[in-house]
Amino acid sequence: MTFLVELLIAAFLIMSGIFGFVGSFGMIKLKDPMSRLHAPTKATTLGVGGVLLASIAHSVLLEGKLSMHELLITLFLFLTAPITALFIAKWHIHRHEKPQDLPDAGEDELWATHAVEQVEDVPDHSTN
Amino acid sequence: MIKLLHRIFPHPHLSFLLTLVWVLLANNGSLNSLVFGLILGIIIPFITQPYWPDRPKLRNWPMVAEYMLVVLWDIVVANITVARIILFKRDDARQPNWICVPLELRTPEAITVLAGTITMTPGTVSCDLSAQGHNLLVHCLDAPDPEAVRDQIKQRYERRLKEIFE
Repeated sequence: MTFLVELLIAAFLIMSGIFGFVGSFGMIKLKDPMSRLHAPTKATTLGVGGVLLASIAHSVLLEGKLSMHELLITLFLFLTAPITALFIAKWHIHRHEKPQDLPDAGEDELWATHAVEQVEDVPDHSTN
Repeated sequence: MIKLLHRIFPHPHLSFLLTLVWVLLANNGSLNSLVFGLILGIIIPFITQPYWPDRPKLRNWPMVAEYMLVVLWDIVVANITVARIILFKRDDARQPNWICVPLELRTPEAITVLAGTITMTPGTVSCDLSAQGHNLLVHCLDAPDPEAVRDQIKQRYERRLKEIFE
């Protein structure tokens, strides 16, 4: 029985290792910066998820006590990872993309990152 | 009575969530941490009340559960797909692409959840919102057919979020 449990935990750990490796390998292999952004968002899902499942299984099945920290880690990751990705993406658009290179934004004409530069609502502090 | 309850718990969901998070953080399920979690769950919503002028109403609870299951399943499937793209597809055969997803959602909270979901399901990252918030800019790792990706996002996620939030 203990052997089966250990096998299960090991399987989760190996799975997370593989996906973590693939995520990092993607950073080297992919050439353009926007595609590279896909790698870190991936390592946080199945890669970290595997470690967390292994940790839950270890504490419940081997130590015999329920541990719920892992659920919180998942929750916080799901909250923070998209925001980090959005910030990096916005930076990239701001510095490296022209409005005409992006797809048409429909009735709004511009994407928000570009719109900030155009609309003159930035207070001018140079005069006073 | 209801009024008093409403004053103590201006945001019942937030109070519940804070208590739950505190109990999970303490990680022992004792009465001690439950009581302290409840105290936090009462004080924090009360203090932050002015910052929440209106809150989203969740209409369809079974749909919330369905949405979470669909997203979890998609994360697993899409991870494997993307791992295969990274490992076995030559880099110049890959077709990275920007796509524009026209939004039917208007609630800011719903758009936030949709953008987060798009980023967490690997292969797509939501990058920007259009100036007035009517379109979402999404970058795809490998999209030979951008229309199919857009339709899938609208079909799988936006339709469900519309039922939950609006």
